Amino acid sequence: MKLTLKIWRQENAKAKGAMKTYQIDGIEGDMSFLEMLDVLNEELINKGEVPVEFDHDCREGICGSCSLQINGEPHGPDRLVTTCQLHMRKFNDGDTIVIEPFRATAFPVVTDLIVDRTAFDRIQHAGGYISVNTSGNTIDANSIPVNKHDADDSFNAATCIGCGACVAACKNASAMLFTSAKVSQYALLPQGQVEAVERVENMVRQMDLEGFGNCTNTGACEIECPKGISLENIARMNREYLSATSKG
Amino acid sequence: MSELKSNIPEGPLADKWTQHKNDINLVNPANKRNIDVIVVGTGLAGGSAAATLAELGYNVKTFCYQDSPRRAHSIAAQGGINAAKNYQGDGDSNYRLFYDTVKGGDYRSREANVYRLAEVSGNIIDQCVAQGVPFAREYGGLLDNRSFGGVLVSRTFYAKGQTGQQLLLGAYSAMNRQINRGKIKSFNRHEMLDLVLVDGKARGIIARDLVTGEIERHAAHAVVLASGGYGNVFFLSTNAMGSNVMAAWRAHRRGAYFANPCYTQIHPTCIPVSGDHQSKLTLMSESLRNDGRIWVPKKKEDAIAIREGKKKPTDLSEDERDYYLERRYPAFGNLVPRDVASRAAKERCDAGFGVNKTGEAVYLDFSSAIERYGKEKAFTSGHKNPSKEEVIKLGKEVVEAKYGNLFQMYEKIVDQNPYETPMMIYPAVHYTMGGLWVDYNLQTTIPGCYAAGEANFSDHGANRLGASALMQGLADGYFVLPYTIGDYLSKDIRTGKIPTDSPEFDQAEKDVRDRMQKLMNGSGQHSVDYYHKKLGKIMWNKCGMARNAKELQEAMDEIAELRADFWANVKVPGTLDSKNAELEKAGRVADFLELGELFAKDAFTRNESCGGHFREEYQTPEGEALRDDENFSFVSAWEYNENPREAKLHKEQLTFENIEVKTRSYK
Repeated sequence: MKLTLKIWRQENAKAKGAMKTYQIDGIEGDMSFLEMLDVLNEELINKGEVPVEFDHDCREGICGSCSLQINGEPHGPDRLVTTCQLHMRKFNDGDTIVIEPFRATAFPVVTDLIVDRTAFDRIQHAGGYISVNTSGNTIDANSIPVNKHDADDSFNAATCIGCGACVAACKNASAMLFTSAKVSQYALLPQGQVEAVERVENMVRQMDLEGFGNCTNTGACEIECPKGISLENIARMNREYLSATSKG
Repeated sequence: MSELKSNIPEGPLADKWTQHKNDINLVNPANKRNIDVIVVGTGLAGGSAAATLAELGYNVKTFCYQDSPRRAHSIAAQGGINAAKNYQGDGDSNYRLFYDTVKGGDYRSREANVYRLAEVSGNIIDQCVAQGVPFAREYGGLLDNRSFGGVLVSRTFYAKGQTGQQLLLGAYSAMNRQINRGKIKSFNRHEMLDLVLVDGKARGIIARDLVTGEIERHAAHAVVLASGGYGNVFFLSTNAMGSNVMAAWRAHRRGAYFANPCYTQIHPTCIPVSGDHQSKLTLMSESLRNDGRIWVPKKKEDAIAIREGKKKPTDLSEDERDYYLERRYPAFGNLVPRDVASRAAKERCDAGFGVNKTGEAVYLDFSSAIERYGKEKAFTSGHKNPSKEEVIKLGKEVVEAKYGNLFQMYEKIVDQNPYETPMMIYPAVHYTMGGLWVDYNLQTTIPGCYAAGEANFSDHGANRLGASALMQGLADGYFVLPYTIGDYLSKDIRTGKIPTDSPEFDQAEKDVRDRMQKLMNGSGQHSVDYYHKKLGKIMWNKCGMARNAKELQEAMDEIAELRADFWANVKVPGTLDSKNAELEKAGRVADFLELGELFAKDAFTRNESCGGHFREEYQTPEGEALRDDENFSFVSAWEYNENPREAKLHKEQLTFENIEVKTRSYK
């Protein structure tokens, strides 16, 4: 496959970035999107140019490091995959591919295609935990049965990988899907009930402080989410938030 | 050769840990506030250790190269975590978990450590459930279990195929609670480049901010290395792209002994290599061997026809298939330990029965499981005489509920539907049992430098059983290290802050800067990946699933030559003071180029086959591993030498007082 790549290049956070065009040849369908970028980088290095920086690590769709806005879509055209699991067989010979970093005020560009997603960490610091000491002196794991459907829903919410595709997909750059996934995981379990009020209040407050936008229910986040996190979580968080704030 | 002191407490096996905890010194809460601890790595071991140490009152600094602690590679563990809860009532106990682990490790691990691991395993599950980790449950609301290789009970707790993710996010949440309290300072996108010793004790690290390139000094009263394994020395492995040995190797260079480097786990069920462009390999969880049956064609002509695309696997009838694990190991069948399953796959493929284009793949087939589950489901839903289509449909639903994410991942990568046609799998490098030598307290041979999780060598002997890595990481981090380190730190309550302007820090920083400059000064002939791939080929071909003295000798020579070439000719573009992925890689590969040679040396020295270390010269007539307990029942702990094959060997003799050492049999 022969491709034209238009890639965002930006030296550092303060520098002015721009799109740059590259031609690439010899791409096979079995390559992942990031392996295609490896090929490009190897060529750039051999030509004495500075390779393209991008975040990646596990390359099996679970660490949430990789990002990329590909032809305007977070993680590209395929559904339920991260960029590292997107394969070149989804593209055709002669295609032009536009590759940009995730765009959001709360995700400033670090360099090239890398953005700073520590805002997500700070939302978790604010309340994404159950306050239990790690002494191991808790009650036996089977002493509180949990309804299987609740346990499964909690698990499904907990599979969020924190990649930020939801923010990048949203026209308001809202982090509601991300935040609600964590709130839901705990709200659905008996262990999470004790701190439910403080948790949702603190996490939502931090989310707003970070400069993420509001949710207008367009549902783009759910479509682009590589893990299929459901919009129901946002509804659940809204209920939790409303009941927490009305308790005062 | 000197003897190493493992500091195993006296007394009966089952009482050692409790007795030890009663005997060691504690640090009072007011003093803990004056003590700093550095934790390098934020996976299961590092994340859980950092959270617990901070909760106890120490001031903790964590370091990880990823942009968030949540992305450490523990996140990719799929299948599950073992614990001797005996919830299934199938006869499990601490002793049985201990026994299975020592046997599975081919009698090359330390009894006392393994027993402690089994003893705290149950607590891990209690702890994680209390933290809100959503494990799989049965309809009655209680926790579900499944089976893993090398054991005859169901003791594996799981969260679909994402158990590592859920456990790591649990540890990350415990960290977040401490970050929010100000007790943990987390330094992300930071890499440890050296360990700083003052008066022979570990007192800090030199780290690089990977975004700005700034070199930083961080001091502490103790340093915990939880930086994972070194599987990426093979270039292709199931490790993350960034997984590296730098932190452990820097400590090794400063005096920490490196133990059993040749004990590497080649995992039997990974997606086969598809071409030269491949950057990493993907695991298909061992849990799939609960329900998947492994086979190759019985007749060579069928294998050839399949390779040439003239036949499909589904064209072959039952009696044309060779379920070779069930044939060779009737007692354990498809659930033999990983080393045994991997070698058996290699044996069939070497004999010409491989089923993909390269001839290096076997089938993992779910059709029997789909039928079995479908019948059961139809029966329990009231259809006592279901049609075949109905059975298949229901069976697929059950399999999807159990392994859905794994099947989806396979389909995305290979572009084949594993519900309709068998998966193709082949062994790949997955985990390293070797690592920094530690005593019972998880302290390395450098006072004040501790190692936890995959970074140490401790619990798995020559082969790790499935679902035991998560158990060990969390056991070390939550329940072992935070207490044993207190014994050491109790002597530091009057030390006061460790300054970073000492000559030792000056020297360490200078060493780091010189080394990085040297990396940038290469003649610029080849990229870092060029060298890494070459190293990986040597390792896979000569230090992989089967090894022999001649090739190991060749490997040592070739790696030494490659290392010299690397330092002279590597090309690192960009600058020192900016984000520079190539520079990061170069530093890591430089260390792999030393470790690789030591690895070959270790394998060369160990004249026996045990667990993941298979020497062709030492096998039974049936092709099984042949141990030599009389001469090799010891841990090899290597003292650093810049010419790795000249490294000095120290031995820790292993004694087995509670287990009868036997030939491992899974027949």
